[in-house]
Amino acid sequence: MDTSIEGNRGKPFRMVVEEGKVREFARAVKSSNPAYVGDGPQATSPATFLASASFWQGSESSPWGDAPLNWERILHGEQEFVFSGPPPAAGTELTAEARIDRVYEKEGKRGGAMTFVELVTEYRDASGAVVAESRSTIIETSQAPGS
Amino acid sequence: MELTVGAEGPTWEDGPLTVTDFVRYQGASGDMNPIHHDTGFAQKAGFPMPFAVGMRQAGVLASWAADWLGPANVRRFKVQWREQAWPGDVLTYSGAVTALREEAGQRLADIEMTVTRQTGGTHLKGWATFVVPD
Repeated sequence: MDTSIEGNRGKPFRMVVEEGKVREFARAVKSSNPAYVGDGPQATSPATFLASASFWQGSESSPWGDAPLNWERILHGEQEFVFSGPPPAAGTELTAEARIDRVYEKEGKRGGAMTFVELVTEYRDASGAVVAESRSTIIETSQAPGS
Repeated sequence: MELTVGAEGPTWEDGPLTVTDFVRYQGASGDMNPIHHDTGFAQKAGFPMPFAVGMRQAGVLASWAADWLGPANVRRFKVQWREQAWPGDVLTYSGAVTALREEAGQRLADIEMTVTRQTGGTHLKGWATFVVPD
């Protein structure tokens, strides 16, 4: 992988926490909690709901640039979400910006270099305050993980 | 809510997993990586069959924790994947309080969670921080 992508930022993008989307997501993660699937707009959303930001994030908003991603060799190693208060309510308009925070290599246990990429997305509310942050660690192995 | 260090949430079982479960999550999240539903693609990558979407089980774990400690109370939720989960797997979701502390006038609970396969293997480990409900 091209390690010069470290520091790349995507163009900020808008994401609306939509009621129906929250409901669909909650059902897909086996929740029957009325906070997510009950009547009326949800006062909060599931802790991993921002994983659906890809619906809003066009290619210009992706910090990967032209770095090719070989999906056969990509593993999602770690994922973290941090919130300043309750996860955003249905109806909240967020402005998100994704960046490549860190790129580093490690020697794999079975030989072959592994590249670790830490991808951070910050979500701001209308006042500009960061209300949520997503941090993903993506691992590119030197060979397909299944082989 | 009375919480003590070592207190455990009520265990959940989820499964047997199906590719339909994976597809449902993929549709909801927008992650359409074919390795989770296209057998030909998965086999080309060296896997015997499609395997579970890691983020789906992270989400189920978050649902489990939200039912225990309250959906609006989560402030941090982190997972690390270990071994893959496969169609047919029955997964057990569990966790316990590892620390209670106070920060900026709020009572916080740190919890550690595990998703275990029926083989005893660990599918994922999780850590979360919740505001302790009154």
